[in-house]
Amino acid sequence: MGMAHAQAEPATHGRPTSSGGLAIEAERLEKRFGTTIALAAVDLAVPSGTVFGLLGPNGAGKTTTVRILATLLAPDGGWARVAGRDVAAEPLLVRRAIALAGQSATVDEDLTGQENLAFLGRLAGLGRRAARARAAELLAAFGLDETAARPAKAYSGGMRRRLDLAASLITRAEVYFLDEPTTGLDPVSRTQVHQLIRALATGGATVLLTTQYLDEADQLAGRIAVIDHGTVIAEGTPSQLKAALGTGTLRIRLADPAQRPRAVQLLAGLLGVPVHDGPGPETLTMRIPAAPASRPPTQQAAAAVTELGRAGIAVGEFGLGQPSLDEVFLTLTGQPTTGPATAAGSPTPAAGSPTMAADAKKIVKGSS
Amino acid sequence: MSTVTAAPGAAAPPGLPAGPRPEPPGAWAASAAFGWRALLKIKHVPEMLFDVIAIPVVFTLMFTYLFGGALAGSPHRYLQFILPGTLVMAVLLVSMYAGTGLATDRAKGITDRFRALPSWRLAPVTGALLGDVARYLIAAGLVAVLGVAIGFRPHGGATGILAGIGLVLVFALALSWAWTTLGLLLRTPQAVMSTATVVLFPLTLASNVFVTPHTMPGWLQAFVAANPVSHLVTAERALMAGHPAAGPIAWVLLASAVFAALFVPVTAWLYGSRR
Repeated sequence: MGMAHAQAEPATHGRPTSSGGLAIEAERLEKRFGTTIALAAVDLAVPSGTVFGLLGPNGAGKTTTVRILATLLAPDGGWARVAGRDVAAEPLLVRRAIALAGQSATVDEDLTGQENLAFLGRLAGLGRRAARARAAELLAAFGLDETAARPAKAYSGGMRRRLDLAASLITRAEVYFLDEPTTGLDPVSRTQVHQLIRALATGGATVLLTTQYLDEADQLAGRIAVIDHGTVIAEGTPSQLKAALGTGTLRIRLADPAQRPRAVQLLAGLLGVPVHDGPGPETLTMRIPAAPASRPPTQQAAAAVTELGRAGIAVGEFGLGQPSLDEVFLTLTGQPTTGPATAAGSPTPAAGSPTMAADAKKIVKGSS
Repeated sequence: MSTVTAAPGAAAPPGLPAGPRPEPPGAWAASAAFGWRALLKIKHVPEMLFDVIAIPVVFTLMFTYLFGGALAGSPHRYLQFILPGTLVMAVLLVSMYAGTGLATDRAKGITDRFRALPSWRLAPVTGALLGDVARYLIAAGLVAVLGVAIGFRPHGGATGILAGIGLVLVFALALSWAWTTLGLLLRTPQAVMSTATVVLFPLTLASNVFVTPHTMPGWLQAFVAANPVSHLVTAERALMAGHPAAGPIAWVLLASAVFAALFVPVTAWLYGSRR
């Protein structure tokens, strides 16, 4: 924990960047809803032309932060500037510089995909023909051209999400707010959205991306802020955060659950870390220690699996994954995600969350 | 402006915005876009027009033939009296759709997208009201055509009927702002609908639509006399009879102005407020 905070840099006081400015600055943003404190004190500094990841569980304050920055909510305390404009004093100028893809797929269900985009194109200031042309371009780009003439209520969740993202890309913006843009997307669409986000930043725009997936923030973001209970609890580049968080989690599925006690004993001795029960009776998980530097985690993991084989313990499957979001929080806060965070689907830190299951399947290639 | 290119080696994914951001549309263009949306919704969900069509048809036939013989000696004679009132009821009872639409948008989160745009803050409301105008015209047109078909022959002729439709449109549009205020205060479209209905029924029934108020008890006469709907109906009858009455018309315009002065700013404030 101490390590994580040591890595986290002070989040304000504009640090120099290639383009020399901050697209988003926020200091001590506060927001209360009745007696609920949604934001306690959020500080952000997002350099222009970069992708910035706001990482946190449900209810951490990601959406409230985005809504304040997009001029939809007034903060109860603190201040924020977007594209150099104060969100409280100059909301209209902020709106001229931003594009927002909110968390719920905000399309009109009664209208067709084509009509949704053409309508929003008109609202964005395009002429009738330009709006129609831009709608057709976006529908094709997002693989929605075949369903363009169907009402959006007939769309699947993933298709709606893509339509919603397309709607945010109708015209150019300086700052894009994408609130969990890949939630509910299939892997192909997810990759496609990732490419788009990178390309937006390459084109000079700034993207503030909220996500519940550490690997997504890691892949896309130049910097990441981890938010929990309305406070930024760590901020830095992905490699800084990962260094602070430890290197990863080894997950092993044994061929024979009966060999589990022996395997636990052996692994604990080899790696010097506690071995936890995985989601099934035959699965085990453990954090690979960061030290010594001479032995990277991949080597340690490979050696451990080899030793199991030598001892006659058959391994069905193994993988070295990044820590899941739950594990990030466990490390940063010393406790699993709590409160509203757990409501939407990560029951326990050690087992069974979809994020973790996804991470467990992924074999990390070397160190990044 | 050159198109955006991704990192070397990777082709720029299609769909990226190119060119400078256009100027946001003016108030009228933005309202027109929202009005277009309202009309598209009618086109795609024509069953939403059920009450807009059923109320005029049912009311015109039912009131005329149900009460006609008893209240005026014959349906034909009663029709000459009741039709301006039927017109008012048919239009006012479908005046809450802009309000329910706003509540729907809010419930679905789509309002966030609109409010993050630099275009005129009230455009979503004024655009929805354009959709309402379409409904009013359908309802009023049906009452007028059906009425004439079954024997409504006002002395004011077509001009009188058209003037009557114009006046009820003004009043209904002003009243709509009360429902748009509700649409931004209440959490569900159903709540807006039922609240509006609870207000509209006594307002339209406790008036001079069906009978002249002189047989009513004193307290009810007082209510009917103060009810803006009564003044509207009186003005409608005079317009269609071909001798417009300045007093009732002025009363209707004043009531419309008061509604607008109260509820337009409240709607605007609620839509723009960043609570």
